[in-house]
Amino acid sequence: MVKVKISDSCPEYSISINGVMLSRGDDFIDIEDSLELQTAIDNGYLETQQEEKSEEKKEEGPKVGEEVWVFAEQRHNHISRVVFELLGKAKELAAELNVKVGAIIACEKDTELSKQLISHGADKVYVIEHDLLKDYKNDLYTTAISEVVKQEKPKIMLYGATHIGRDLAPRIAQRISTGLTADCTGLHIDETGLFVQTRPAFGGNLMAEIKCPDHEPKMSTVRPGIFKATENDESRNGEVIKVDVKISEADQITKLIEIIKSKKKTVNLEESEIIISGGRGLCDKENFKILEELAGIIGAEIGASRGVVDAGWIAKDHQVGQTGKSVRPKLYLACGISGAIQHRAGMQNSEFIVAVNKDPNAMIFGVADIGIVADLKQFLPALIAELKK
Amino acid sequence: MNIIVCIKQVPDTTEVKIDPKTGRLIREGVPSIINPEDKHALEEALRIKEKNNAKVTVLTMGPPQAEVALREALAMGADVAILLGDRKFAGSDTWATANALSCAVNKIKDYDLILCGRQAIDGDTAQVGPQLAEAISIPQITYGQKIELLDGKLKVERELEDGYEIIETPLPALITVTQNINHPRYPSLQGIDSAFEKEIIQWNADDVGAEQEKVGILASPTKVKRSYTPSAKAQGTMLQGSLNEMAAELINKLKEKEIIQEFD
Repeated sequence: MVKVKISDSCPEYSISINGVMLSRGDDFIDIEDSLELQTAIDNGYLETQQEEKSEEKKEEGPKVGEEVWVFAEQRHNHISRVVFELLGKAKELAAELNVKVGAIIACEKDTELSKQLISHGADKVYVIEHDLLKDYKNDLYTTAISEVVKQEKPKIMLYGATHIGRDLAPRIAQRISTGLTADCTGLHIDETGLFVQTRPAFGGNLMAEIKCPDHEPKMSTVRPGIFKATENDESRNGEVIKVDVKISEADQITKLIEIIKSKKKTVNLEESEIIISGGRGLCDKENFKILEELAGIIGAEIGASRGVVDAGWIAKDHQVGQTGKSVRPKLYLACGISGAIQHRAGMQNSEFIVAVNKDPNAMIFGVADIGIVADLKQFLPALIAELKK
Repeated sequence: MNIIVCIKQVPDTTEVKIDPKTGRLIREGVPSIINPEDKHALEEALRIKEKNNAKVTVLTMGPPQAEVALREALAMGADVAILLGDRKFAGSDTWATANALSCAVNKIKDYDLILCGRQAIDGDTAQVGPQLAEAISIPQITYGQKIELLDGKLKVERELEDGYEIIETPLPALITVTQNINHPRYPSLQGIDSAFEKEIIQWNADDVGAEQEKVGILASPTKVKRSYTPSAKAQGTMLQGSLNEMAAELINKLKEKEIIQEFD
């Protein structure tokens, strides 16, 4: 096979070799070597792709434009953790497409923000600095980000499915008329070069693969905890591009009056390495105490199924699952949780799953690495006693 | 004051079952309900109506059977119900759905406030609200957990991961609400009676002037490539023995995996 395409010196718009039609403007295609082919090459009608040439191309580095972008959400001048998770995925996608990873950030002042984004995987950081962009505001952020996206034309753009990302991304998608897929759990480039977004639907009972063939950027939101954050590598180099966007007080229709932080201790399930979750098998709110005692010994956070949250046994910010949080700790210990698909959707990416349930047919055992058929009210005290030995 | 509430009829996903033999979703016999958060949006509209003498219009895009959802909304106390339905809308993604709804909203013309649920339980996207707001160029506030009407302006508490923020917006505006905002009422007997006397307004694509290149499956930027039932991963190890034996074995495994360390 020889890789050929019509050369600029060919007088014809299209020619036929070995019965294969070649037209001007086509990319290189494989043609079986033959006398007909060699004659066409000798006449200068065709140009062949040299092996060395393609290597040379590689050395040039990633293609310009068509980048994979991450919206770098910052709150109180602090980059949200999900951004580092998205950068990890963006790096994989960009490597497949041979393009660069871009991060776009809107802020009041770029103190160390772009530096952090580069050390977490961004090749280029687009910075929009403006006093009015200090805190997230839907109208101003939509205008600012959309302007830059229209100018720079990234190929793919990822947002965290946070309260900011889920407010901003749809508004931008509508403004620039492109597709947006919510809460993706998988993103990949398929064998034909198509960007495929996988997401749960129907309360997690179905998985759907979504494509966005004709519009760019192809946009996705991803919930925190789905992808692994990149390591911090301060030796990485990247380019910082300051972009000027014309926004003023007049563009601001809504007014942010105050941000109030919740006084109660926040549960940080997404970042904890060990989670002990309780479900209906606890039988009683009081039995969360057993989970708490164990959590105190092995340094875990407490999670919960939707059932016990709805029953009012524990606050909603402990809920793991489709309508709660997505987690991927090193250890997920599910106690008395039946493992409805909605719950599994939020925890099945955990590195190691241990399930305790007295029903040997409980669905949770289907995703568990270790299963223990026992009443948690008896097993956990035994485990605690054994740990204290 | 005129309020539009956008609702969606959805299958009750908490009732969805999986065929244990084939592992497939059983789609038959799943009851249809008003999307829960949309019901909270309607309740909020009705509360504003009670205080401010407003007219509440419920709008849904869907197949003819979505009329059931509209009747329930009328029974709760909505004044007008509009069913936006047309085969041309079939297969719309959130972008195309927002475009179709925007045409209906523009036809309604007189509105001060649009309320939507934050997200629907069948798709969980939370996108149609913001996309509709953009399509008709009005401000949006999502994740609303409290709404106050003051001197023709709205003061909204918007839920955040670690608290909330207070945002003020002029009208018209679109607010999406979470289930924390209120407790939806049950329809009264009188409401149910009168709901069946009211007419449901039916609009199709031509009635609202929806352009073909902006609605329906062909116009939608996103397409479903395929869908499948997620498969469970291979069965793990089931521990055997007494409680103490299983506890000891579990601890050993966790130490092997370096998940927990030796204790003194």
